[in-house]
Amino acid sequence: MSANKSKTIRADSRNSRAKLRIPLREIAHARSGDKGNSANVAVFARSPAAYAWLREYLTAAAVETYFKPLGVGAVTRYEVPNLEALNFLLPDILAGGGSRSLRIDSQGKTLGMALLEMPVDAAKVCRSDKL
Amino acid sequence: MIRPVKIANAAGFWGDQPDAAARLVAAQPDLDFLTLDYLAEVSLSIMAIIRAKDPSAGYARDFVDVLRSLGPFYQAGGKTKIVTNAGGLDPAACARACQEVLKAAKLDHLKIFTVSGDDVLSVVGRGLSPIGSIPDVGRKARPTAGSAPAEAKPFANLDPGAPLSSIAPRLVTANAYLGAAPIADALRAGADFVITGRVADPSLTVGPCLAHFGWKPTDYDRLAGATVAGHLIECGTQVTGGFSTDWLDIPGNDDIGFPIVEVSADGSCVVAKPAGTGGAVTVPIVKEQLLYEIGDPANYLSPDVTVSFLTLKAESAGENRVRVSGATGRAPTDSYKVSATYRDGYKAHGLITIFGHDAVRKARQAGEGLLRRLHSRGCVFRETLIECLGTGASVRGIVSRMSDTHLVETVLRVSVAADTKESVERFTKEIAPLITCGPQGVTGYATGRPKVLPIFGYWPGLISKSLVKPIVQSLPANHTNERE
Repeated sequence: MSANKSKTIRADSRNSRAKLRIPLREIAHARSGDKGNSANVAVFARSPAAYAWLREYLTAAAVETYFKPLGVGAVTRYEVPNLEALNFLLPDILAGGGSRSLRIDSQGKTLGMALLEMPVDAAKVCRSDKL
Repeated sequence: MIRPVKIANAAGFWGDQPDAAARLVAAQPDLDFLTLDYLAEVSLSIMAIIRAKDPSAGYARDFVDVLRSLGPFYQAGGKTKIVTNAGGLDPAACARACQEVLKAAKLDHLKIFTVSGDDVLSVVGRGLSPIGSIPDVGRKARPTAGSAPAEAKPFANLDPGAPLSSIAPRLVTANAYLGAAPIADALRAGADFVITGRVADPSLTVGPCLAHFGWKPTDYDRLAGATVAGHLIECGTQVTGGFSTDWLDIPGNDDIGFPIVEVSADGSCVVAKPAGTGGAVTVPIVKEQLLYEIGDPANYLSPDVTVSFLTLKAESAGENRVRVSGATGRAPTDSYKVSATYRDGYKAHGLITIFGHDAVRKARQAGEGLLRRLHSRGCVFRETLIECLGTGASVRGIVSRMSDTHLVETVLRVSVAADTKESVERFTKEIAPLITCGPQGVTGYATGRPKVLPIFGYWPGLISKSLVKPIVQSLPANHTNERE
């Protein structure tokens, strides 16, 4: 991943360029669910241009970095072009999952909403729009 | 060409809306089937605990009440058949309870069948069989339910390290996810109600399709389509607007209709809901549910078929109707997925509200002080957690809009886990005292002491299909049919 892309996905709303950033939810919707101690988050583009942006910038590495505070393992990304979607597998993110986890969200119900709060570079999304 | 079959879901989990079934058949009496899915990953272990106190209670009793609520519908000549995994650990006991309901409603002519044989606790407990570990959803292709290639090695947990022998004495349940074939057998034999133990969730829908269309077990594309249809409705209102990203914009989100799939002979389906109900069936919502709890979309593994979601097409077919077509399937693997659970200590969660300036600092300090006090009294916990709800605690460290110091109110949630019950029990008695020994502004304590909850370890694995014999029985049990 280039340094440029890395900057694009950094979750830092206090960044001086904050005014150029929009939350991912503006261009995508999502759904998350659990399986044992792991979860998946599927992200769906709200437009073909948004899908082009998602494919280029919402990498497995970006999502892994974003969810690192929850202890996620190596993230896998699957492209689902027929649904204009990406599916992310987030291993070991639930602190034990289902019955074992002490967390308020033991089943990953909030992970989709959390990912949609990721700040993205509006200018880059606009460029994707012209693709 | 055989007409499409109309299959609804009236329960997405154990505890779903109790009147969903009665409302569905009232709104749409021409439904061919109702499916009710009661079993999440660890539901069977909860049933095992209830059964330990009451040997006749190893199933989802909610279903018996659902059946009772449908009495007037059947008395009026209703024809809708029901397929449900409410049988849990004891389909026969569930069936007997349902039989009593039918008798009381003078509906004795309706036939109940059970599907069992999923209980493999004795096999897994011995740890001797050629069972392989499987990766779960986060590690590799791991869909909702199903099977994957078995490896000839001892049953091994996904959690690193622990071999089966270390938990074998603590195993509570071990059940294979059976497929659609025994359900279809029961329906062909004349069942009005099919009560199963553990089956793969989508198979509750695939079974009726097999029986209705007379598909061959090798009609993989059709089976794949029916599996997708079953996957779409297995979580109830999640496909009709519930749980959707844009929920606020859903019309009638106060009373969302339960879903119906109209499955065609080619395996494609239309997702719909009864007229006059709230919620919405739109392409974005259906897409969300398509990938709910999905691993590798090219390899969705079920005991009936391995499905690719990469050929699916979702398109509008009218108001609140979405057509899903193009599923492709190939032969299923030669193993069943197994969910095993084992006892692994106890936990409890305490909640209390703290209001006032510095609310979050006060909450955190109160929680930390509580744990220190318990420690000084000899309590031993293997894990503790302090969360200040309202600060983004659900995904701590990821999303936080403002500094915690701005919050005037938070809910303190303290959790503990221990190998033995005593320390956890002591913890549950120390939340209320925070009202008098904690900061001013502690409130929201009206629900009594927290409950001590058993922890169940979850142990997914695989078992060779040759070691599992699905059993189809009618009630009274005068006819038994072991498949294969």
